[in-house]
Amino acid sequence: MFSEEQIERYSRHIILKEVGGKGQRKLLDGKVLIIGAGGLGAPIALYLAAAGVGTIGLADADVVDITNLQRQVIHFTPDIGKPKVISAAEKMRAINPDVTVNTYQTWVSAANIASLIADYDFIIDGTDNFAAKFLINDACVLGNKPYSHGGILRFDGQTITIKPKESACYRCIFPNPPPKDAIPTCSQAGVIGVLPGVLGTIQATEAVKYLLGKGDLLTDRLLTYNALRMKFREVSLKRNTGCPVCGDTPTITELRDEVDALNVCDLEKS
Amino acid sequence: MQLTVNGAPASVAGKDTLSVNALLAELKVSDPLYVTVELNGEIVQRPTFDDTLVKDGDTLEFLYFMGGGR
Repeated sequence: MFSEEQIERYSRHIILKEVGGKGQRKLLDGKVLIIGAGGLGAPIALYLAAAGVGTIGLADADVVDITNLQRQVIHFTPDIGKPKVISAAEKMRAINPDVTVNTYQTWVSAANIASLIADYDFIIDGTDNFAAKFLINDACVLGNKPYSHGGILRFDGQTITIKPKESACYRCIFPNPPPKDAIPTCSQAGVIGVLPGVLGTIQATEAVKYLLGKGDLLTDRLLTYNALRMKFREVSLKRNTGCPVCGDTPTITELRDEVDALNVCDLEKS
Repeated sequence: MQLTVNGAPASVAGKDTLSVNALLAELKVSDPLYVTVELNGEIVQRPTFDDTLVKDGDTLEFLYFMGGGR
């Protein structure tokens, strides 16, 4: 079932009673899609590859820029100019040749997201704009895919895991995206480099637990983190009956792009 | 009235009740147009911010958009 090398590679997992050989097999059979190969995506991709999640998809249209390197630890200085999904996949394969990395050098949109997520067990949002964050939520709710939401800004981060129709979704908390440019992005407002490391690692933990079927997922709880004060808080939530996508009378029944939520820089890039 | 706001005690002098909108102004909450308000564990629908009353002893959470990730 496992090669000698795999038994050694995953020995610290296999001795955990919550993982064992069976759990490691579940990880190797697991398929996780990471949308965004940047600040959040970097630790997520590194840890999931190291853990032996057998199939990892990476979606991002961007190329590595020098301003990324302060926090996107999967990309190195010689990678500047290289597509992020290629740069990230090289590191993941170098960490663990067991892992199949599928790269999608594209931005997610209403036209492609349903087919992108279809083959995966768990989806992780590591994107940097509200258009993508709301689209991922809607696609995962309508496609019944569990996923992890993550958001960061300056010294703050928040994350929640969503099990569609079972637990509160992103739109249960925030029914609609804010207008364009109402809320600053990391490029406009800054972000402390270690922040996505903390949040992304939590998101990767959720994916691993989901694949293992162990522990309690971060559902119906929004975890917020402030790095300056070094405080974690948990806000209890429940499904919102008025939620436009998973409520009692949903108004969103098919995918659409939240064009008004796109930032100018996103429009220029796509 | 005494409230618990984002896990910390908060007091509003001279008022027994306030609408959610009035409370947002009283507490000088930043970005009141974009904050999500949870009152005693229930998300308050934005169109009811003027009609929903906050009273002594209530627990509120103000939740903010965080759009970064890359």
